[in-house]
Amino acid sequence: MAHAYTPGLKVMPCTVITKKRLLPIPGKVLAEKGQNVDALEEVALTELPGKVYSVNVANKLGISAAEVAKYMLKKEGDKIEKGEVLAETKPIIKWKFLQDLLKSTVESSITGTVESISTVTGQVLLREPPKRLPIKAYITGKIIDVTPDFGVTVESEGTFIQGIFGIGGETNGEIAMAADKPDKELLPEEIKDEYKGKILIGGKYASLATIKKAIEKGVHALVVGGIDDRDLRLLLGYDIGVAVTGTEKIGITLIITEGFGTIPMAHGTFELLKSREGEKASVSGATQIRAGVMRPEIIIPGMPKHISEVKRDQGRGWIEPGDPIRIIREPYFGILGKVKSLPPELTVIGSESKARILEVELDNGEVIVVPRANIEVLEK
Amino acid sequence: MSNQELEVIIATDCGSTTTKAILIEKKGDTYRQTFRGEAPTTVEAPFEDVTKGVLNAITEVEELSGRKLLDGEKIIPNDGKNGADIYVSTSSAGGGLQMMVAGAVKAMTGESAQRCALGAGAIVMDVLATNDGRAGHEKIERIRQLRPDMMLLSGGTDGGTVTHVVELAQFLKSADPKPRLGASYKLPVIYAGNNKAQDKIKEILGESTALIITENLRPSLEKENLMPARHKIHDIFLEHVMQQAPGYPKLMKMVGAPIMPTPAAVGTMTEKFAKANNYNVLAVDIGGATTDVFSVFNGIFNRTVSANLGMSYSVSNVMAEAGLPNLLRWLTYGKIEEQDLRNRLKNKMIRPTTIPQTIQDLQIEHAAAREALRLAFDQHKALAVGLKGVQQERSISDAFDQQASGQSLIDVMKLNYIIGSGGILAHSPRRMQSMQMMIDSYQPEGVTMIAVDSIFMMPHLGVLSQLSEKAALDVFYNDCLVRLGTCIAPKGVCKKEGEKILDWTVVTPDGKEQKGELLSGDMVHIPFDVPKAKIIAKPAKGFDMGAGKGHEIEASIEGGVVGLVFDGRGRPFSMPQDKDERIAKLKKWYSALDMYPVAAMND
Repeated sequence: MAHAYTPGLKVMPCTVITKKRLLPIPGKVLAEKGQNVDALEEVALTELPGKVYSVNVANKLGISAAEVAKYMLKKEGDKIEKGEVLAETKPIIKWKFLQDLLKSTVESSITGTVESISTVTGQVLLREPPKRLPIKAYITGKIIDVTPDFGVTVESEGTFIQGIFGIGGETNGEIAMAADKPDKELLPEEIKDEYKGKILIGGKYASLATIKKAIEKGVHALVVGGIDDRDLRLLLGYDIGVAVTGTEKIGITLIITEGFGTIPMAHGTFELLKSREGEKASVSGATQIRAGVMRPEIIIPGMPKHISEVKRDQGRGWIEPGDPIRIIREPYFGILGKVKSLPPELTVIGSESKARILEVELDNGEVIVVPRANIEVLEK
Repeated sequence: MSNQELEVIIATDCGSTTTKAILIEKKGDTYRQTFRGEAPTTVEAPFEDVTKGVLNAITEVEELSGRKLLDGEKIIPNDGKNGADIYVSTSSAGGGLQMMVAGAVKAMTGESAQRCALGAGAIVMDVLATNDGRAGHEKIERIRQLRPDMMLLSGGTDGGTVTHVVELAQFLKSADPKPRLGASYKLPVIYAGNNKAQDKIKEILGESTALIITENLRPSLEKENLMPARHKIHDIFLEHVMQQAPGYPKLMKMVGAPIMPTPAAVGTMTEKFAKANNYNVLAVDIGGATTDVFSVFNGIFNRTVSANLGMSYSVSNVMAEAGLPNLLRWLTYGKIEEQDLRNRLKNKMIRPTTIPQTIQDLQIEHAAAREALRLAFDQHKALAVGLKGVQQERSISDAFDQQASGQSLIDVMKLNYIIGSGGILAHSPRRMQSMQMMIDSYQPEGVTMIAVDSIFMMPHLGVLSQLSEKAALDVFYNDCLVRLGTCIAPKGVCKKEGEKILDWTVVTPDGKEQKGELLSGDMVHIPFDVPKAKIIAKPAKGFDMGAGKGHEIEASIEGGVVGLVFDGRGRPFSMPQDKDERIAKLKKWYSALDMYPVAAMND
């Protein structure tokens, strides 16, 4: 039977999820293999070297660079307080009051240590104390592996849903349904006080006013079918040129499950989220659509009520006639249908390009032709 | 092995997503590309071994050609029937070669260091300089954040001041940068600055980094000496960076010549082609994420990478940088709303593998491509410049023609040849679309030949050219280039529509003549597939074809799958501001060139 490989977003009621939680630089691992951890628990910790500041001591004292060491009151490695004198020149005068009056000093602008003293440039580098950088478990689960000095791998069984695009970093909260249907627009007045700290699920669209209201009410994350690019720009204050996100600090994590525009959330995604209402979820908006694709995600540990079987991620999706799909490009963007056939030969499409195509049967029985590159398989 | 012995060559290019293999065989006196195969690149998990993809691609060549090339994971020596004389490869997998460069003064040594790294095939992540406007701690933070594969430190002319470059070295030491791959080894730092500062640099960076000292890349203000540092970059690319990438140590044992970074190989091929024909050449590779531009003008090679200008992953950035009105100006559809266009481009960014199904969608992609090509060309022109800071001797005769130092080397009137590659240029449904996109973006003046590298074979040929220039050029002329034709565009401002601006005569080698004239505001397409011919073009008063206003020129031209395009829109070319007038003009031009089906150009 004809079939073809197609990428699709994962929407899995219950699967095994593993997350590597690693520090960017070596540090200390705080959890052990086999240990159960909560999403908010710290599993590894490191210290980031403090910021470095340069002070041109030679210029400030009006001396040559070669003379700097001579006038330094502090050596390399010495601790310093903000405002403390680093270096000074004293005139050779007998009387102390005149000495004090005529001396020049350079004070430290930070609290930290003296990193280096250069007799070539006349610069002294000061370093702030290190900054604590912990890493949390992110999902509630079990430590199945430890990477010495860097972190752990956490494993959990639960619901795993990928969105197509997101902004904002990792967060947690209970799932709350703000829409009763996947094809409903989420309006600003529907954002209630009780959604504070929640992972809020909407339907087909959220406007800028709605997103702003959600931020105002302290919603941790908002999940909807689509938003407008113009609103995203207004929200961030700039255009996202390349899809590498996750570090935005706008007071909310935003995930769109379908795309830009007004597009009803896939029925399966919506119903699955609804079945987990009130349960705790881990959410990340981080998206990267290049070398090592990363999509935003919603992870809800534990099994949905009606599910008893854990399905491992197969990693690849194949389509066959009968499979439900969504079209992801104009002129049929967002339309749902079923695969009718997968002709193997190259076919000339409307743009006059030759492409591999498939026939899609729509709900009303109409059959249309679409390039295979322009569909996404939906959960069966 | 001497070049004489090369009869059969297998070459691969390991790209980020696809590994492409080609087989080159000597047929009589000429080398020809005979078979090709491709397979997904296997640098990332779960395979994490680049050779798997290489072997798969070569296996496909074996199956298609019937020639056995592999014995397990080894290339069989050529025995006449099976095997190959040599295997060569390029690589851009795993993000290519990522570098950070530093120089004392941004516009002088900073720029020279940037040219040096780009020419070696690197992506330049940032240029640090004493006067880059950032405070010391900001520079240190930046070095720490970026984690490059290696760093190039330059600064000062030989014997000049050492202060600035020593300061940069101290910042670098404080940042304690870690390389991108292999957390346990030291970051390679190439020092190519003031020779008087070498000892100081050793003292500062000798222990904390893998320091390599080479000749100054800017020994004096008047001289740039990029090759020693470029060679060091290639050495370190092979010795350090490649050794850390999954499967590369194995691949390095398979090849018969050093692996080259893909862009460096494309640059080499561009240079060889320009030199062999004494041409000024512009080559472009527009991909999903980045656009690479290569140029050779008066024998000087330059390369730039526009890291965030591309057709899928970066298409949204093209919109952000060019601005929506600049994209809309190429469309014949007046009813497309800004909101709709924004959402469409963002949807392409988040689903980069989708393809246009309608002419309207195709026109939108072509509009984005024109703007990406134009912006990348602007960035190229800004870096491909003469040396800045050079003192110029002037006589009284220069008083009315003074030019600052650092003028762009790119002069579109003197440009002989444009080569385009990348999906949008190589696989457009109509070849005219590729040709016109390049004409609109680059606005060549005078006579300019245009071709595409339809299966992106330039990397393979670039690395091969190091061993056999003849083999590389033979295949380049016969199999790699798809000649589109020649653009003929008089330079001058069109004051009145419909005025005659050019008389032309094309003479083929067998003496046949074809004559015509070009009116201002018109685009004319003449199908013409004679490989080599001659054009005699006499521009009207006020228009220039390269010999001065109103002066006749005689030039070589190439026919091709498109033919000749006479562009009477004038240079500089400006689009009407009024929307209806603009759309009417576009429809007239696109129809004259048969770019799109006429009926599909309406809303």
